[in-house]
Amino acid sequence: MDGTLPPYADLLGITIEPGEGAPVLAMPFRDEVLGRPGFVHCGALAGLLEMAAITALRHALAQESRGDARIKPVNVTVDFMRGGREKYTYAQGKVGRLGTRIANVEAFAWQDDPDRPVAAARMNFLIR
Amino acid sequence: MSAEPTPFDPERFLRHPMGHGGALGLRYGAHGDDWCELVLPFDPRLIGDVDRGVLASGPIIAMLDMATSVAVWMKRGGFVPHATLDLRVDYLRPATAGRAVIGRGECYRITRSIAFVRGIAHDGDPGDPVAHVAGTFMHTGAQ
Repeated sequence: MDGTLPPYADLLGITIEPGEGAPVLAMPFRDEVLGRPGFVHCGALAGLLEMAAITALRHALAQESRGDARIKPVNVTVDFMRGGREKYTYAQGKVGRLGTRIANVEAFAWQDDPDRPVAAARMNFLIR
Repeated sequence: MSAEPTPFDPERFLRHPMGHGGALGLRYGAHGDDWCELVLPFDPRLIGDVDRGVLASGPIIAMLDMATSVAVWMKRGGFVPHATLDLRVDYLRPATAGRAVIGRGECYRITRSIAFVRGIAHDGDPGDPVAHVAGTFMHTGAQ
């Protein structure tokens, strides 16, 4: 599913940035992702991070010619480090380990500087 | 604490949710002294797995974030400014396609700065939840 995102990603306004490697997702600041006034909703950040983790895993599976594998999220842990302000938020996943049945994936979200993340997630997936 | 909690009515607060909560279609369910229940009606725009018609996990974590957040305000006796520190969600099973998901958040411990929360999401039977959540909030007005 490289290049295609589910309806929920459309609701968040997420698009995929062109580039090599694990896809970078971009989420514009709009009313649909607003939490308290002037800030991105934590749930929308979590949704973006999950989507980044999933697309990174899909990318890694495709590189191993396992693009038809089905993946199920087992759990997610999200740390919120900074408030997300009224601007684009970007996110990218990084596959830590890709096994035959389990994948461990991290994802980071940032706005201006990738070295100053606004939130980070760790996810475990079951692969079938 | 620098400010007293502001009196807060969750039903009124959630009657017309703005922003992300409004986009998800979140609705008020019920509340008590230290808990709050929200309803996420099924909506095809929230699908994460097109093949199975299953809701994305993002809307569920967003609902649980909001339900546990309101639970903290119930426990503190009113609204205080706070920020989510972390949330962990275990996805026990996929939500049944077409069914509303109910999120129940509980605040089981508060300190001056930190509120500890937990909760579940289910799609009709609280004994057969779709997800468990645990997390913490930081009181941003506390010294």
